[in-house]
Amino acid sequence: MDDILLLQTIERYIHNKMDAEERAFFEQHRKNVPEVDQLVVEHTMFLNQLEDFSANKNLKRTLNDVHSKLLDEACISEGSNSSSNAKVIFFWNKYKKVTAIAAVVGGAIAFMISGLVAYFAPQNQQYLSQLGAKVEQQERKITALKNEIKTSKIPENVVIKSGGSAFLIDGNGYLVTNAHVVEDATFAVISNSDGREYNAKIKFKDVKRDLAILKIEDEDYSPVKNLPYSFRKNNLDLGEEVYTLGYPNFPRNEVVYNIGYLSGETGYNGDSLSFQIQMNANHGNSGGPVLNKNGEVVGVLSTKQLKADGVTFAIKSKNIYKLIDEIKNTDQDIRIKINYNNSLKGDNRVHQIKNVKDFVYMVKAYTK
Amino acid sequence: MKTELSEQVLLKGLAENDSKIIEIIYKNNFPSIQSFILNNNGSYDDAKDIFQESMIALYEKAQTDSFVLTCKINTYLYSICRRLWLKRLQQIGKYSNQLDNLEETISVEDDLVIHNKRDADFKIMEHALSSLGEPCRSLLEGFYIKKMDMQQLSESFGYTNSDNAKTQKYKCLMRLKKLFFAQYNIGE
Repeated sequence: MDDILLLQTIERYIHNKMDAEERAFFEQHRKNVPEVDQLVVEHTMFLNQLEDFSANKNLKRTLNDVHSKLLDEACISEGSNSSSNAKVIFFWNKYKKVTAIAAVVGGAIAFMISGLVAYFAPQNQQYLSQLGAKVEQQERKITALKNEIKTSKIPENVVIKSGGSAFLIDGNGYLVTNAHVVEDATFAVISNSDGREYNAKIKFKDVKRDLAILKIEDEDYSPVKNLPYSFRKNNLDLGEEVYTLGYPNFPRNEVVYNIGYLSGETGYNGDSLSFQIQMNANHGNSGGPVLNKNGEVVGVLSTKQLKADGVTFAIKSKNIYKLIDEIKNTDQDIRIKINYNNSLKGDNRVHQIKNVKDFVYMVKAYTK
Repeated sequence: MKTELSEQVLLKGLAENDSKIIEIIYKNNFPSIQSFILNNNGSYDDAKDIFQESMIALYEKAQTDSFVLTCKINTYLYSICRRLWLKRLQQIGKYSNQLDNLEETISVEDDLVIHNKRDADFKIMEHALSSLGEPCRSLLEGFYIKKMDMQQLSESFGYTNSDNAKTQKYKCLMRLKKLFFAQYNIGE
């Protein structure tokens, strides 16, 4: 307690909040007691460090905000924009015929190749198990939990078709999950580890990539200003540590942490949309985020190999970017802004999880 | 004369973390730095990283009282980025001598030494903060980084009054200080 009093006094001294008399007294005291003098010097230096540190943090935040803002306003670009239209038109006029012939030839070849690929492509289904929760198996448990469900937002007289995990990609209420988690349902009720429930609608489904976009449509939901994690565009390296959060105990509302490492750069049978991780995942983990040590989302957990232990696959996060670009082009109503800022870098794992887990939800999908 | 004046205004705004001013500097300088990085084996993410670090270096320089910028802002940022990117390329073993150098550069070695020292200090502080544990960490972050006042803090952390929060804050601060100085070498 005396230490605190002394610190308080020193801080008042440093910040010039003493009146002349007290100041003179303190300066005299400082001259007489070397320990106090030492402490004043030390504390001044420390407070300066702390001040610089927070200024640096705040500047970084401003820089990131400015970066996303300028990206939004298309003042700066991150690829994909063609700049010189005139040139393009000129070349188009010049090479119109060549292009037409090339297109016909190319088209024919493409048909042949895709035919061949379809013919020879391996049929994965029997060796892979999708990690969405199998509802039939859970039916008994659901009856046991009937009382709980009654008070929930799931309308009565509907059958829950499937479920799994999902996580926010845009604080305005857009979530991503696997297409197989929502199957052919149109609505979902999502809940986080606090047990808060929200109504959501399935907005978009891409079966090929096995991704789906959900939108929270609920008055109780208040948009999140800053999500803590960002989304990685590049591939990971072999051996990098990854972790996931999800709801493997479906339908029990308990978020579970799981850790593993990147064990293959491609997915099952060389599937380049996904990558392989060594991790024990369960039904219900599907649709959960896979993060690296910097707290960047690197993938969406999706399937596991049936005949091997701990071989799990996740869809690369760059597919989320691609999917959202496609949605932007086809459906003007859906405006999704992927979160760019990462506030988790350098944090320890426990702190990261604490920040991420609020944005990972359990999905119960149903059709009316 | 007019451009010189506006450069001074820009630097002052940057030193005050004024987002409008930062936006102007960003818009004027990022594209050229980005194409420099992209033309020299870098990615879009690298460009963002390197550019933002150069902005931080300029910010640090603009903070000092005796500060005079002997060249234009864009020359300074370009020089810093070029140095930083060379270093990064060396680290990942992709170093090439023929780095494009289309613009004039100035020597920024001394500034970068200071910048790196500060960066190292920040890492120590970051580490000290993260090993502090909760609720101390959030309390101190709330006070020093988010600049919340004692009243707000005691409400959001559930202290009965702001005096309690204050005492708690001092306790946390003393622990942080201990952790910080355990890593920090004053002799340097």
